Amino acid sequence: MHDSFVISQSDKRPIYLQIMEQIKRRISVGDWSEGQPIPSIRQLAVDLQVSVITVKRAYLELEREGVIVTQQGKGSRVAPNPGLGMRLQEQELRKHLEQAIRLSALLGLQPEELEGRLREACDDAAAKERE
Amino acid sequence: MMDLAIKLNGVKKKYRFFTLDNIQLRVPQGQIMGLIGPNGAGKSTTIRILMGLVHQDQGEVQVLGHRMPAEQVAAKWDIGFASDDMRLYDSMTLEWHMRFIRFVYPQWDSAYAQLLLKRFGLREEQKIKGLSHGQRVKATLLLVLARRPRLLVLDEPTTGLDPVARHEILRELTAVMSDEGRSILFSSHNTQDIEQISDQITFIDRGRIIDSMDKETYLDRWRRLRLEVPAGVELPALPGIINIRQNGRLAIATANVFVPDLANAYENSGARVQSIENMTLEEIFVANVEHSREEVGV
Repeated sequence: MHDSFVISQSDKRPIYLQIMEQIKRRISVGDWSEGQPIPSIRQLAVDLQVSVITVKRAYLELEREGVIVTQQGKGSRVAPNPGLGMRLQEQELRKHLEQAIRLSALLGLQPEELEGRLREACDDAAAKERE
Repeated sequence: MMDLAIKLNGVKKKYRFFTLDNIQLRVPQGQIMGLIGPNGAGKSTTIRILMGLVHQDQGEVQVLGHRMPAEQVAAKWDIGFASDDMRLYDSMTLEWHMRFIRFVYPQWDSAYAQLLLKRFGLREEQKIKGLSHGQRVKATLLLVLARRPRLLVLDEPTTGLDPVARHEILRELTAVMSDEGRSILFSSHNTQDIEQISDQITFIDRGRIIDSMDKETYLDRWRRLRLEVPAGVELPALPGIINIRQNGRLAIATANVFVPDLANAYENSGARVQSIENMTLEEIFVANVEHSREEVGV
């Protein structure tokens, strides 16, 4: 059931972040739908061969973000929230922006220059649309 | 209060050239504790003490509610212990060993043993002397796991194994944890194993515990900050920063108690924070051992 979860040791991010991201991806592509029960913390830990505490942390953070809801004794479900997909995409966008900021820092670009580049890229994309 | 599978309080053991001092250790039931430290740090001695194989000079040891070493006979009923220096009988087969253990421990789970044979790629009729190192480790672990003990104590279970065998063993250890009533303590040099499967981490160096806490909190406290330091700017000394290496205008600061204010403090001093990075347990391991040795002036 969780065969498509891959925890990578070459991924620089902590394991709990990798689990969070993969759960969000499951939800955003529609594999896990609103209100659907998701595996218990212990079950997912066994399936992914990672520690219980790491999955627990991922679930707590997902709960804080409103992606899942956990009821004592009843386990966790995908949150019943129509705005969820949007918010997931917002987060995706934010991640790409952060990546752009990292790269531009490596290139020694100032924030103003990065802004300029972004505007250029937007203009290019708009021009392509018109073609 | 969570039930503790293992509790060590103020444990001390003095040898001629080595002292294990003031060991405090708590392993909550239902969790995996990873014991990490350089060679000769005291990991195996700690394990031997909590198994009752070595008697402490001072301090209190409780395992599954039994005082050690006094009540070790009762405790061992529910403990599965495996270490590299445990010898199987070379001229006997694995089946002979399985029958022997089943005779001693009636709770032996034959179906699980058969499953483990298959998963580990072992054959009952093999004699121990014909087994490779990896097969021997797996055979030892099979004999321990199939008893389904409430506590597993494993001294370096993955040392010297190829990646496939390592993976097989980590999978069985995490599978054990589907039962909340069971606990594992294992030692390893392999920081990846510990980072992956343990809920709690204990760092030992030179006979002392440097850190012991839950893994998520622990990993979260450590960060590497990459800084750009313009000419004329002096980096301030900040609490929680255990090491700064500066080369020209670039510097790397290592934090063992990271809070976002640290980054602000550097920015306020005129430096630029280029990035704040998580550290792997391996990187933390090295930084921590170096730091603790500097502190005691070794």
